[in-house]
Amino acid sequence: MKTNIVFFCAAVVAFCFAAIRREPSAHPSATLTAVADSIDKETGLALDPNFMIVKAQCTSCHSPKLILQHRFTRDEWLSKIRWMQRNHKLWDLGESEKTVLDYLAKHYAPSQSAYSRREALRNVKWYKLEK
Amino acid sequence: MNSHIHNRRGFLKKSALTTLAGMVGTEIVFAKNMPPHHVPLAFDEGLAGKHPDMVVLSDKPWNVETPPHLLDDAITPVERMFIRNNGLIPEEKIDPSAWTLTIKGESVKQTKTYKISDLKAKFKTYTYQLVLECGGNGRSGYVPQTSGNQWDQGAVSCAEWTGVRLKDILNDVGLKDDAVYIGYYGKDLHPSRDPSKVVISRGVPIKKALEEETLIAWALNGKDLPLMHGFPLRLVVGGWPASVSGKWLHTIAVRNKEHDGAKMDGHSYRVPRQTVMPGEKLAETPENFRIIESMPVKSLITFPKTGAMLDAGKSLALRGHAWAGDVAVKEVMTSIDYGSTWQKATLNAAKNRLAWQQWSAQLSFPQKGYYEVWARAIDTNGVSQPMVIPAWNPGGYLNNACHRIAVKVV
Repeated sequence: MKTNIVFFCAAVVAFCFAAIRREPSAHPSATLTAVADSIDKETGLALDPNFMIVKAQCTSCHSPKLILQHRFTRDEWLSKIRWMQRNHKLWDLGESEKTVLDYLAKHYAPSQSAYSRREALRNVKWYKLEK
Repeated sequence: MNSHIHNRRGFLKKSALTTLAGMVGTEIVFAKNMPPHHVPLAFDEGLAGKHPDMVVLSDKPWNVETPPHLLDDAITPVERMFIRNNGLIPEEKIDPSAWTLTIKGESVKQTKTYKISDLKAKFKTYTYQLVLECGGNGRSGYVPQTSGNQWDQGAVSCAEWTGVRLKDILNDVGLKDDAVYIGYYGKDLHPSRDPSKVVISRGVPIKKALEEETLIAWALNGKDLPLMHGFPLRLVVGGWPASVSGKWLHTIAVRNKEHDGAKMDGHSYRVPRQTVMPGEKLAETPENFRIIESMPVKSLITFPKTGAMLDAGKSLALRGHAWAGDVAVKEVMTSIDYGSTWQKATLNAAKNRLAWQQWSAQLSFPQKGYYEVWARAIDTNGVSQPMVIPAWNPGGYLNNACHRIAVKVV
């Protein structure tokens, strides 16, 4: 556990710099937008009262972008936690597990858009072709 | 690397800590507990030498993709080459003169270890242009969404790799008759920083391992491998998911059974043996999932960049690449009317087997308006790219749907 704390602290510092180095941004093809009113500048994660617990539990081993890239149901998020516990030495989240799941299910749930085999091209930045 | 921020015992220098504190806006309270030689990401050279328009999907571990228009070169420059790491890049100082490659396993006649200088002296050197494409390239197109990096279409490259043939090394070591698979081991670090855990250890059947183009490479586009791409030594296996091309390579095991290393199991780099309904759950057993081997036929439009506005009456010179895993591309077609009609593009032969092929087309448009320009490649087996997203699978692999760009004639 002590080792975990050490690595956690080092990792929190490390990911702060990652955020400074490049603004976290959604993937350009993502059709998904966060529902939060405000976004943490360092991590790109939605700000709410549970944010600090999520930041502490989830970004010690991996980039916050791994959360930002995904939209899952509560059960699917739980299965990701179990998978990380099985394969990636994630610790038992204890009472924070519910908090983390509440947060993920609230901010990073699947969108309701209809299934599309090929959606319209989005966010095209038009430019004059000179050649 | 980065020794200017570490003192002689490998701990961060006080001046570096002051910089860190300034950037974080707080004291680095647990600095003395940081592992020796740990390099905070602020000083990490992860994106050093990369084009500023590369898209970062994750910075821990590093996963970075290339927008299609930046892949216009026939030989992908390092600055435009995607990065797919499962773990953290090795933090130890790498001395290429001391680096060794060990060949071992149930199916070798002897265990043998080579220095890089031995490989260069003992075996003939070859250079090939080889397509490396992440098995999950295109994952973001699958609905419902699947876990993993949400690659758009840019987790692919075709660069020039130099090294020795794995078959020559294996011949020198001597194989037993029961050899069926190889598995690689590299020096990347598990994201949990547990040195006893293997990040990824994949491989290919012995037949693929013995192909002429399967290289143990030390050079990329004529220069030493960059650290991010496996310095000082890596396996390069063109045409298959790039995860079989292990980086920071130190050991190859020749196995008498299918390799069982990390990320060979579950649904890692596997697809259902029988196709499933999108979103369907399937027990992750070898009975249900097969290992992905050759990558499917695919093409990219690399010029112009999407969003081109063109004066009415002018024609459009379009170009790109096409590739098809273990086989070649027979034909590339383009369409400006959503696939109602197709025009045949000019297609060049590959520089060598497993390299991508350049294609080009001259398009004219009947009137002003919004167009999507689509490209579709067909391989030598007559298999085409689909226009729609292909079979959904739990890992989100093998999306080889046609690439298209938006064009406005004004």
